[in-house]
Amino acid sequence: MPLGLQVAWNPDAIGVENLHQFFVQSSESWAQRYVQNHAPFLEHLPAPLGEFAIMLVCCVIFVAVVPLLPLGLVLAERKVSAHIQDRVGPMRVGPHGILQTLADGVKLIFKEDHIPREGDKFLFVVSPYIIFACSFAVFAAIPFGRSILVSELNIGIFYIMAISSVIVMGVIMAGWASNSKWSLLGAMRSAAQIVSYEIPIGLGILTVVMLMQTLNMQEIVKGQDGIANWLIFRTPFTFIAFFVFFISSIAEVNRTPFDLPEAESELVAGFHTEYSGMRFALFFIAEYANMFAVSAIASTLFLGGWHGIVPAEMLPQSGILGFLLRAVTLGGLLGVVIKTLLLVFVMMWLRWTLPRLRVDQLMSLCWKYFIPISFFNILGVGIWGLIFPKDSLLSIIISIAVIILGLIFTFGVLGKSLSQGPEPPPSSAERRVSATT
Amino acid sequence: MEFNPQQLVFYLFALLTIGSAVIVVTIKNIVYAAFSLMVTLFSVAGLYVFLQADFLAATQVIVYVGGILVLILFGVMMTSGRLDLKLKLERGQLFWGGVVSLTIFGLLLSVITNTPQWENVDAGASQEPTTRKIGEMIMKEEFLLPFEIASILLLVALIGAALISRKEVRNE
Repeated sequence: MPLGLQVAWNPDAIGVENLHQFFVQSSESWAQRYVQNHAPFLEHLPAPLGEFAIMLVCCVIFVAVVPLLPLGLVLAERKVSAHIQDRVGPMRVGPHGILQTLADGVKLIFKEDHIPREGDKFLFVVSPYIIFACSFAVFAAIPFGRSILVSELNIGIFYIMAISSVIVMGVIMAGWASNSKWSLLGAMRSAAQIVSYEIPIGLGILTVVMLMQTLNMQEIVKGQDGIANWLIFRTPFTFIAFFVFFISSIAEVNRTPFDLPEAESELVAGFHTEYSGMRFALFFIAEYANMFAVSAIASTLFLGGWHGIVPAEMLPQSGILGFLLRAVTLGGLLGVVIKTLLLVFVMMWLRWTLPRLRVDQLMSLCWKYFIPISFFNILGVGIWGLIFPKDSLLSIIISIAVIILGLIFTFGVLGKSLSQGPEPPPSSAERRVSATT
Repeated sequence: MEFNPQQLVFYLFALLTIGSAVIVVTIKNIVYAAFSLMVTLFSVAGLYVFLQADFLAATQVIVYVGGILVLILFGVMMTSGRLDLKLKLERGQLFWGGVVSLTIFGLLLSVITNTPQWENVDAGASQEPTTRKIGEMIMKEEFLLPFEIASILLLVALIGAALISRKEVRNE
């Protein structure tokens, strides 16, 4: 079977480390022959240029596939919100409205591209591209399978953090260049929020890195074979870290209950108030791509990535049967996508269920609760690593027992005392400080 | 000279670094200077990648672009009501600034030329991540004391920042 077909049937089975390598290998088989037969002059190109072409192909695949995600996710969001609110959602375009987003996209392309007269033209035009590019660059390091990865970086997760921290710059740029108070206020809020919530995210990632001893995403996934080895259940501390990480991720992508930067009732639409047409669509696509990316990162770091519930050696490695079995046990390419979409669904569910937080609540949640909890997690994981240097049945049983006891305690004892009454409003001094951000 | 795409990209990054740095210094608009600084920091990270220092490059982006630059922009936008503040370049500043930067340049050059041996990192031969080496150097070998001193300095700065911001609230 030619390598290309083999990959199409069963992307996880072949022993190729990443997409880049796949193209290098397959190029030996048919691409080289094609070049020899039809375009011999191409052989005289210097070797690095060939490498460059291969990298370009890898990138094109991702850039072509990833924008299709928001197309589905936007429709999913509208449908989920509709069903939560007892409506039916879009129904007119296509069966059950499945082509609605496509129609909206076409409409956005034809809309007038408006640039504020008093605004800063150059920065106004550039900022959507920065946000868009950074949201998509994140996907380069997320593994979707044993061989489905654009580039296997040694510093994988650190690269993802670095690239996603640049998004703030685009947001500030958009807010400032629009020359509108809503945009500027939204951008400031967004920047404060993203910079703050990056700390619990980083500390949450640190707990994972401490356990796995590597920053490489692929290595992190390889250490999570089978549900007992998923990092979320490995220690009680990573169990807490997962929730801190996930909630902080929601804050980082500016979604309700943390959507203060684009609070409709206060700021019209936040930092992208002045944008219209395709530029607005770029922000929109980037937002949904971000949502998918943070969910994919959460499922890679804590929920086993492309490793399923059942350890890999218990399943057939090749053939369509193995592919299906892996998908059913939440492993492989389909497994990652299912886990990620589940987390995305939880995000949508929260958005249409919870009210928005106040600014002071947002900041106190981050600085007074999440960061101390994260430091506790790091300390705990360090001690856990000293007590159980190697994972054993004992350590996993203890961990799961502690998690269950903790859940019972949280929902039984703390839950009751927390639901006594609402938090008192902040004092006037506190409110004045928070009003400035 | 043989044509080498890698060299081409390297010179592109070098040009980008220097060009945007010149814009940072000369441009009148302070917000443009800050955004131009972003390009500079990014292309320096690109140069680090060329030196196989992947961890350093990512750290550069996180710390400078994601942290310090955002704080600079925050400071600019929060403190001055006028965002279109015009900066002035004076001749005296140019002279003394030139003296200081030339001194620093000479210092760096002497360090570079006087370093007896540069450890060569071959990316193809060793697949070992650079983070392992960095971690061992900092926590085990000769750089433990400077590392701890730096962390205490950061802690002091953190406490100082908390103290200053708290006082402001009390005075209001």
